[in-house]
Amino acid sequence: MTTAPVSENGFRRILNSIHIPPVYFFLVLVFLGGGFLDQVYADGQIFKNPAIMLNIVVRSVALGIVAVGQSLVIIGASIDLSVAYTISITAVMSSYLMQGKTANVPMTIVGVFGIGLVIGLANGLTITKLRVNPFIATLGISLIIKGIINASFSNYTGSVPQSFEFFGYGTLGPLPVSILILLLIVLGGWFVLSRTKFGSHLYGVGGNSEVARLSGVRTDRVLIGAHIICSMTAVLAGLFLVSQMRSGAPWVGPNGVYDLNSIATTVIGGTALAGGKGGVWGTLGGVLIFGVLETVFNQLGVNPYLKTVLQGAIIVIAVASYTLRSKKEAA
Amino acid sequence: MTESTSTTQARSSNALRSIWGGLKRVPPVYPVFFIIFIVLGLLNPGKYQSMNGIMMFLRTAAPLGMLAIGEMLVLALGGFDLSVGAIVTFVVLVSSKLLANDPSNAYPAILIMLGFGVAIGLVNGLVVSYLKVPSFITTLGMMLLVRGGALYWVGGAPQGYLTDNWRIFGRGFIENVPIFSRIPYALIALLVFGIIAYFLFHRTHFGKQILAIGDNVRASQLSGVRIRLVRGLTFIICSVFAIIGGILLGGFGGVNVTIGEGMEMQAIAACVVGGVLLGGGKGNVLNAVFGAFTLQAIVNLLNLLGLPKPYTDAVQGLIIIGAVAYVGLTSARKR
Repeated sequence: MTTAPVSENGFRRILNSIHIPPVYFFLVLVFLGGGFLDQVYADGQIFKNPAIMLNIVVRSVALGIVAVGQSLVIIGASIDLSVAYTISITAVMSSYLMQGKTANVPMTIVGVFGIGLVIGLANGLTITKLRVNPFIATLGISLIIKGIINASFSNYTGSVPQSFEFFGYGTLGPLPVSILILLLIVLGGWFVLSRTKFGSHLYGVGGNSEVARLSGVRTDRVLIGAHIICSMTAVLAGLFLVSQMRSGAPWVGPNGVYDLNSIATTVIGGTALAGGKGGVWGTLGGVLIFGVLETVFNQLGVNPYLKTVLQGAIIVIAVASYTLRSKKEAA
Repeated sequence: MTESTSTTQARSSNALRSIWGGLKRVPPVYPVFFIIFIVLGLLNPGKYQSMNGIMMFLRTAAPLGMLAIGEMLVLALGGFDLSVGAIVTFVVLVSSKLLANDPSNAYPAILIMLGFGVAIGLVNGLVVSYLKVPSFITTLGMMLLVRGGALYWVGGAPQGYLTDNWRIFGRGFIENVPIFSRIPYALIALLVFGIIAYFLFHRTHFGKQILAIGDNVRASQLSGVRIRLVRGLTFIICSVFAIIGGILLGGFGGVNVTIGEGMEMQAIAACVVGGVLLGGGKGNVLNAVFGAFTLQAIVNLLNLLGLPKPYTDAVQGLIIIGAVAYVGLTSARKR
């Protein structure tokens, strides 16, 4: 009689010690479900072809990189709606500055990260010093960036040199470089959040900013730092996209809906929109779900508009799968 | 005698102070709007100083005003509704299909649209209440669902045009009205629904319960507010107002696949310019409407100055941040 609860506790303890975010169960479910549909209605590539698995991850790289930054910001109880246009400005500026010449690459990279720094700083300062709600602040900054790039560029501008395409298409051994970069960024995000003082301060600020401030955390600096990191990840995603597309256009970011998608994947991954809770591993799970869905939809040849409908429904169902049990009222 | 002068002085300074105090309590959105509108009038007296021009302006601003009222209610509740822009697109695209170029279908089509509005709001409310998905994500999903659904239904491109009797609500006028010269139907719609919303929000328990939930969900729950009912009704009102806004905008602008794009952000920005707190607990119908008017006036001003569209976006971004920063900084000082 007593053994059952003990073993159950033991099982629970093992599960808790591994600490797999619940989103991965949903990911497996989506993968199996999608693979099954693929077997029945299409050529069954998802289960048969290992290359498609790799493809799912490669597809998710750009969104994954931004989503890590977005997770940090959301954990700090903020939000960043400017990432889509940060990606656009990076893509456009880098192909414009590189002009197809390898010699221009280092200078360009410094330049676009400089732009990212300015955007992150502008976001952070507007939120902390001008006390503008993060939603409105980053929406406003996003409009400003949008205006600047649409005023200066209207179409594909310049190009990136062949050597730079290594970032998007190159491989190291069996693995594509892009996947390694994504993994590195997720590991970096995990390290910052769980192994540094900045990370624990960020959780504190997100949980209760006033308590954090009273216990000696410089809340403004922490939040500004998180916003700078977030903009930097958006710049990196922009560089990755432009290396794949060879030339940047102003609509790269908004067309990929990187702002709302990065928020959605973060929340699907178990990070609370209210802040103070969550992590980047969950976010990676959320991003992979998006990747699997995209691949499944392509395999099944789903109508693009129906795809949007299904994506909307799945976002809500995925988040509902664990908010359902919460006793707190949602807002 | 000296005594009486000092008392009259004191009285007049008191009166001045109370007037000043009253002026300070006027939400900043009104002076901002009127200053922009006066500048518009100075730059283009033929248009913005005539009653006809003012009515034309109100016709343009009415759809965003409708969206802002609905959005304000949801924001006051502590939620977000990101689906209103997609609803506008939905109204225009699906109506063009339902009408099938036959004017006699106009009124049934509008009724069906309102039905969709109720359904969309109901689903939003149910998902937030029973699945406990935050409204930001719920309505983000709904945005994808509604936009994708509309495009799927019409096959990716608008089917036919919107008939004139459908469009009259958005672009028609009652002609030859004394004093006002002519009154757009869109303004009448905004007035009627604005008054309904004002009454609901500022004069009933329902409105107070919205604010209570936005202020503190747990406390209002403990004091017996039927949270799920109030929230559901609020989301329904918001979606229905978005449908009406879509009818007005479609009438004014005609069929266009991207007509509602980004309008959810504009509606939220209008509310915030009108002093609504994101996170709930504060809101005002009239201020939200004037927030929408202000945004529209800014767009008109920038157009009048001959700025190309991209700069309009940038300046709008700056002004939204500036307005919110101003409100935030002044209210922080008071605390």
